[in-house]
Amino acid sequence: MTASLLAATGVTKHFGGFYALEKVDFEVRAGERVGLIGPNGSGKSTLVNCITGTLSSDEGTILFEGHDLAGLPAHRRIRRGIARSFQLPRPFAAMSVLDNLRIPLLYAAHTHGGKWRSEEQAGDEAMDILRQMGLDAKADEKSGGLTQVDLRKLELARAMAARPKLLISDEAMAGLSSNEIDEIITILLGMKERGIAVVMIEHIMRAVVHFSERVAVLVAGRKIADGKPDEVMRNPEVEKAYLGE
Amino acid sequence: MKARWFTPIVFTVTLLVVALALATVTNNYFYTAAYIVLQFIILATAWNILGGLTGYVNFGSAAFFSLGAYSSVVMFSLFKAPVPLAIPVSAAVAGLVGLGAGYLTLRLRGVFFAIATLAMSEVLYTFVVNWDYVGGARGAYIILQDDPPFGFSNHTQYLFTVMALMTAFAIAVARYVETSRLGRGLAAIRDDEVAAECSGVPTLRLKLISTTVSGALMGMSGSTFPYFMQYVEPTSSFSLSYSVNAIAMPLIGGMHSWAGPLIGAILLGTIQQIVQVTVSSAWNLLIVGVLLVVFVTLAPDGIMGWFDHWRARRRRS
Repeated sequence: MTASLLAATGVTKHFGGFYALEKVDFEVRAGERVGLIGPNGSGKSTLVNCITGTLSSDEGTILFEGHDLAGLPAHRRIRRGIARSFQLPRPFAAMSVLDNLRIPLLYAAHTHGGKWRSEEQAGDEAMDILRQMGLDAKADEKSGGLTQVDLRKLELARAMAARPKLLISDEAMAGLSSNEIDEIITILLGMKERGIAVVMIEHIMRAVVHFSERVAVLVAGRKIADGKPDEVMRNPEVEKAYLGE
Repeated sequence: MKARWFTPIVFTVTLLVVALALATVTNNYFYTAAYIVLQFIILATAWNILGGLTGYVNFGSAAFFSLGAYSSVVMFSLFKAPVPLAIPVSAAVAGLVGLGAGYLTLRLRGVFFAIATLAMSEVLYTFVVNWDYVGGARGAYIILQDDPPFGFSNHTQYLFTVMALMTAFAIAVARYVETSRLGRGLAAIRDDEVAAECSGVPTLRLKLISTTVSGALMGMSGSTFPYFMQYVEPTSSFSLSYSVNAIAMPLIGGMHSWAGPLIGAILLGTIQQIVQVTVSSAWNLLIVGVLLVVFVTLAPDGIMGWFDHWRARRRRS
């Protein structure tokens, strides 16, 4: 068993009296593909926000490569290697697609020797990533005018540009057609070759089962199952949560 | 244009224009009018660093301008500070207040931030009105008794030259901020602050740099005001006209590059000066209002934005 890349233990987050997360343990190993599922409002996005630093958790510890992330703002966490895509795409709308990728390349991804990239270097690397994502033809377009599927790809491309060790994809496929879903799955499967661990949050079961090596299930802020995809799907509690009794 | 050539070129052009003016124009009114326009160029350029590049609308430009002016008044009262000393100190004071105000208000967004800056301006105004040392509501005089330095024939021409150099400096700073890595980060904040933070941009630090630089430049533009007018009083130095013009000029010129505020300030500042002389000084803000309405409806991205669209259309056809 490889060492864990991300180890969250006992993570709790409440908004007033409402517990969005209650003592959730969640682990990701280096290069692993993990599916995170659960009904709407079960706390998936809250967990992502606590891991990436957009929210701070009330209790529990989150270790990344053995270091405690407590108190680190989001921009420091992505510099350590935790990147995310947003459920509702949040492009830098006034910038070109290429410039969108320049931001993480210039601000999040350290080069060797701890120096920052030059503008040219960032532009070249951004173009490489766009080519891998099939977005290179749109490099000079304003990102505000992209189609839904291209916006999702841009979200993933921008996360990739931070040169992460862990990528959290928050419902990158919601509302896409089945061909488009296959495109996104192919992109996410390709992360493994680059040694990037991926957490995929998704409602589309076909995608989750096909993609994941392991699946964790959140229901009402608690983790009720964690294991191989087929085992988890047969778990009566999971069935109950999704289909009712 | 290569970045490192920009600053020398701006300063060279400025010096040439100033030298030409000093050699040919003797009418002192020209220097007064030009001084006022230059002052607006700095204010608009400074406002645009926070408003245009970072996306935070500051309604308190007059306060930062006055901070500069009153820092000079204090220094002059204390030890007859000369202009070259008053400028950096005034800029530093306004920059520090910018930093502090930014720290307190930057958690607010959009209209709430704008209201907070307006409130800060009112607080500072009340403070100055009740501060006897700087003359309170009566105002304070700065009487320059010595001859102007560097062989200038009078103080108006001397301060006009100083103002022109400060304008060149402000434009160089704005252009540097815009084209540097810092500028990319600020643009990311303007477009989406959460996404910027999650892309590694240290949003709080960058916003504080932005408020500090913007405030310092505004303070710098106000630092020579009491020397120039030889008199300053709070109602005119905190005038809404500064705050409104500092917003209107970049809006009209274009907010996405350093050239926008420059063009907007030259256009609007000159029109106001002409109207003031030929028609009436009461018409000033009315003209700003009418031009704003025209531009917001016809060219929402300002003159520079309109120019960019036009160029893009020509390329395509």
